Order: sequence, then structure tokens, then C-alpha cells
Amino acid sequence: MLSEAELDVKRHEGLRFADMTTATSKSADLTIGTERLMHMYRQMVAIRLFEERVNDLYTRALMPGLAHLYIGEEAIACGICEALRNDDYVTSTHRGHGHCLAKGASPDRMFAELLGKEAGYCKGKGGSMHIADPDTGNLGANAIVGGSAGIATGAAYAAKYLKTGQVAVCFFGEGALGQGLLYEELNLAQLWKLPVIFCCENNGYNEYTHFSESTAGDVAKRAEAFGMLHKTIDGQNVREVFTTASELIDRARKGEGPAFLQCITYRYHGHHVGDIARAYYRPKTEEQEWVTERDPITLHGEWMMANKVATREQLDAVQADLIKEMDAAMEWAIASPYPDPSRVTEDIYA
Amino acid sequence: MLDTATSVRELSFGDAIKEAIAQEMRRDPRVVLMGEDVAEAGTTFKVLTGLVDEFGKDRIIDTPISEAGFSGIGVGAAMAGMRPIIDIMFGDFLTIIMDQMVNQAAKIHYMSGGKWKVPMVFRCTMGATRRSAAQHSQSLHAWPSHIPGLKVIVPSTPYDAKGLFKAAVRDDNPCVIFEHKISYRKVKGPVPEDDYVIPLGVADVKREGKDITIIATSSMVQTALAGAKLCEEVGIDVEVVDPRTMWPLDEKTLIESVKKTSRCIVMDEGYGRYGVSAELGQVVSEGAFYYLDAPVTRLCAMHVPIPFSPSLEDTTVPSDKDVVKLAQQLCKRT
Repeated sequence: MLSEAELDVKRHEGLRFADMTTATSKSADLTIGTERLMHMYRQMVAIRLFEERVNDLYTRALMPGLAHLYIGEEAIACGICEALRNDDYVTSTHRGHGHCLAKGASPDRMFAELLGKEAGYCKGKGGSMHIADPDTGNLGANAIVGGSAGIATGAAYAAKYLKTGQVAVCFFGEGALGQGLLYEELNLAQLWKLPVIFCCENNGYNEYTHFSESTAGDVAKRAEAFGMLHKTIDGQNVREVFTTASELIDRARKGEGPAFLQCITYRYHGHHVGDIARAYYRPKTEEQEWVTERDPITLHGEWMMANKVATREQLDAVQADLIKEMDAAMEWAIASPYPDPSRVTEDIYA
Repeated sequence: MLDTATSVRELSFGDAIKEAIAQEMRRDPRVVLMGEDVAEAGTTFKVLTGLVDEFGKDRIIDTPISEAGFSGIGVGAAMAGMRPIIDIMFGDFLTIIMDQMVNQAAKIHYMSGGKWKVPMVFRCTMGATRRSAAQHSQSLHAWPSHIPGLKVIVPSTPYDAKGLFKAAVRDDNPCVIFEHKISYRKVKGPVPEDDYVIPLGVADVKREGKDITIIATSSMVQTALAGAKLCEEVGIDVEVVDPRTMWPLDEKTLIESVKKTSRCIVMDEGYGRYGVSAELGQVVSEGAFYYLDAPVTRLCAMHVPIPFSPSLEDTTVPSDKDVVKLAQQLCKRT
């Protein structure tokens, strides 16, 4: 058992790590190009605004069930999906809205699905934790922690067998590090040199428990034990995520094998929308520190302004446009009909 | 029906399955088979011997001992355009792949509003009396039968095994096929060389009779037929009906048979409690209630972990003598 003091040190490791790696802005990031830099900014803001509205729908009691917000982690989905082709595969998690949007899902049908409406991505049958969309390579969000590791690896296997050149990205939280399936898939992926990227979004908390209380040893070394290429990066820096992901994805696409990418990040909200009183598992000061010092959207926006990629006015305009779009998407979803009860027995079998 | 006598050979149950797999792999390059020691070893039961020579190690794929891991790969590969056959050596190991089979494969089509499909086959074994003890002898076909989204196949003859297996490979849904491991070599029968498919969800009357219906699955079909012969000697004319698939289930054929005979025994090598036999019994009780002259009864595995010692193990599985005894009670003939 760790002492309280040791736990406190561990709790702040992620934060310190992030401070170290991104203290200075890299001008090399300019080679990413204005279009991509702006697109990633736009996508991050879109996810933030989407999630804020999800929280609002929950508090207004308009949403059935719960939702797990991605706010604070936007740079990971956006940086990685920016490096993917439309037909590349992703699998997502219970905290999956960000991955789905970043991979190209449309917010109106996302809102509709979260509200259980017929027009939703899954005709209201999946809900917040199961959004899937073949048109954008989204194999589905998955409500079993670590449960999609096999699906992503299998899609990568198919891509290799069918010689399609596709890559699969398996998003999972650090909570999945406790699940045995993940290690079976790491072994198989490395053994068969499959084009799959295992992206561990380490937001520090397995539900209501700090990961240092659940995770022995060094996370990256677990991948290393399989001989798998691994990187640990600042998940709040969208340019670093994009650059690293591009490298790993290109390598996988060339047939050089899988990779394990750990992104250090933070979940601003609770485990789910109803998890409001959080002081018993993490200090408010810690939350505040990430929000004010490590926000991926603020950091990227400031970097773009400092490097003359964008002006404040341009960034404000992006936000203003997206607010209109998200409000319209949400209102459309609220107004759209529920599925007829007779639909309940459809789609059980293909 | 069959065109020429030469196209039909006698094959063992295991060879019929191998032929089904080989034909499907020749027909469709998206079909691959993966599992533990399936290539050169041809599985621990030697059922797939020789397939790797024809199809190579890229299509008959040896995996690590990692059932959940390669089952998950099967699910993802099926979604991404392939038609994998996942080989689970012993049905007892379904415990290890439950999440991939039940929470992933079975639900993805529904959860995605019908957008993703998971066309895959889990093949596994069932059956006791092989002196393999409690972790290698169970008949767990009730488990996937409980789950919407899965199709469950329990063939009893070489002919059925080939035709049903081919149907499973071509089906767009996850199918689970339970092969009875004692039957692999012991059960032989006529199998056409042709490319024939038996639709899932069609029961087969294995023997016609008028006094009592035995609805039997998998190995119990052979036991029921042996029991039916013994029943002849005491003047009971037994009809044996094999549903062949647990789901989809041909309820109509079962009910019609029981309406005709007015008595029914359900035989299944799985556990009776909350099992396949309970469901089949309920189907005919409800559907043929006003025709019944006796309560619907069951012969199933004893509700014990399968023991090792032959003297113990053999008592856990219903026998042909049990059939006669119960049929006599129900028909009130001794």
C-alpha cells in the first residue's frame, strides 16, 4: 500500500510530466500546415461544445441514462484522427463522443442517438456508449472496458489479410490496463505485425480511483515486454499527438507493425455526468490546475496566435460558428421522433 | 435428392465437418480458420488434418493459447469484411470468450442499428464420457442459445454437420456450432460430395413413430434412436425429432410431432436445470398442451460437475435404457 504522501506525488506525476514536455512550443510544428492546425482546433472546439450540451441535456433531464464526457481529452482524438484516412478504423470507449466526432460523425445524428431518437446513428438502439458508423470507419464505442481491443486488432488483421492498407486505432482508458484481453491482443498484434495502434488515454482515474492505486509498475513497459514500439506523450498537446500518431500510423501502414501510444491527459468532469461531488477522490485544486494550465484548446489556440497561424478573431469566429451549428444540431435532435416501439425486434439478426 | 450413387460416401462426423470447411474455403477466399494447433496438428481431435496443406498457414492459422484474444480478432475481422471460423477446442472454454461472444459479437449488429455485421463461426465441442473430467466435458450449448443475436447449431449426423456448417459460414450472423467429440469418429453416415446447404432453423424427423416423440439434440439423437429400437420390443413406436439448431428453432415441427404422438421426452446432454431441454419442453407443452396425454419429461445430464472415473461419469449421461424406462412409464406399457 502507498502512503497518502506517496499517492499525492503519484497523482501529480501526470501533470508534472506534461509541464516538462510542452513547456516550450516547437516551431517545427508549423510544418503540420495551417489547414490541419486549424482543423484540429475546430474539431477540439466542436467536441467541447458538443459535450457541454450533453451535460446540459442531462441536467435538464432531457437525456435518458448517463453520458461520460470527453472534455479535457479532446487533443487525443483530434490529433490521432487527423492522421487517419476516412476508411481507417477506430474503436472507442464508454467515453467515446470525442472519438466519434473526430473520426467524422455528424453532431446532429450523435445528439439524436444520445437522446434515443430514430434518426440517431444506431436508430436509438445504442445510445451514448455504442455509437458506430461504418461510413467513417467507426467500429463502435464499447461499454466493456478494454472490450474493443480484440475488435480493433481483428480489423487490423483483416486489413492486412485483404491488403487494403487500412490501419486500426484502439482507443482505451488507463482503466483497461487491468483487463487481460488487452495483453492477449498486444501479444497477437505484435506476433502477427498487425497495423493497429493501441492508444491509452491516461486521464489518471479509473472511474473514482486514481490509477496509481490500481496499476503496478510502468505502463509503457507493459508494451515493451511484447517487443512493441511504444511512446508516452503529452495528451494535451494536439500537435504532439498528431505528429507522433502520424509517425506510428505510417509505420503500421507500411507493414512495420503495431504501436502502443500512451497519452497523458485529464478528465475535467466526473466519471459520468452525474459524478459531481468528486472531492473524496481528487482535489479541486488538481482539477483547476489542469483546466487553467493544461487545457488543450487554450494551449493550441495560444500557440497558433503566437506563431501567427491564426488571429484571435479567426479563433473566435470558429467558436461562434460551431456554437450555432451545435445548437442547431441539438435542437434538431430534441425535436426528432423516438423510434416506434415496433422497431424493437428489428436488427437482432442480419 | 441425390443424383448419383457415386456422389455419396460414408464419412465420419469429423470428416464431414472437415469437408464443409474445405469446400467453404475453396468457395470464398475471405474464409479463414484460426485456433490452437489447427494447422499441422489438425486440432487436438485431428479433425482438420490436411487442411493446412491445401490452404496454407495464412488461412489455417495457429494462434497462441489465447481464446479471448483470437475470438476478439474474429469479431473485428468479420466486421472488416472477412468470414472467420474461430476454433475453440473445448466448449468448456466458452467461459473464457464469453465477453467477445456475448457482449461483442452477438450485440454489435443490434447496437449499431443494423449497420455492422459480424459474419463469423465459433466452432467448439461438447459431450462427456471421454474421461476428461469436469473442465473438458460439458455441453454448454444452452448458454449461447440464451443470447439474442447468436445462432446455435448442434448437428447429430455427418450429413447434417456438413450442410449446417456450410450454412453457418454463409450466414451474416455470429453462429456457434457445437460438435460432439465422441461423434467425431464414432458416428458415420452417408454424405454427398456435393455443395449442399441445410438451412438453419429446420428440424429433421430422424425416425417416424406414433406413440411418443423424443426431441433429441446432438449425441442424444443416436441414443434416442437406439432407445427407439429397444422400445419396439415393448410395443412402443417412437418418433425422434432433431431440432438441429437451438436458434433459430423450428417450433412448428416439434409441436406438430407432439400433437401427433401426444407424448414427449426431451433428451439433451446439457444440464436440465434452466437448460435447452427446459426450453424445448416448454415449447411443446405450450404448443401441444391440449393434445398431451402425459407430462412432457426430460432426460439430460445429471446436475453434477462431470466426474472423471468411468463408473461415475457414465451415470451422468442418459442411456438408451433410460429411454425405454421413461417411454414405458409415459405410455403406461411394461
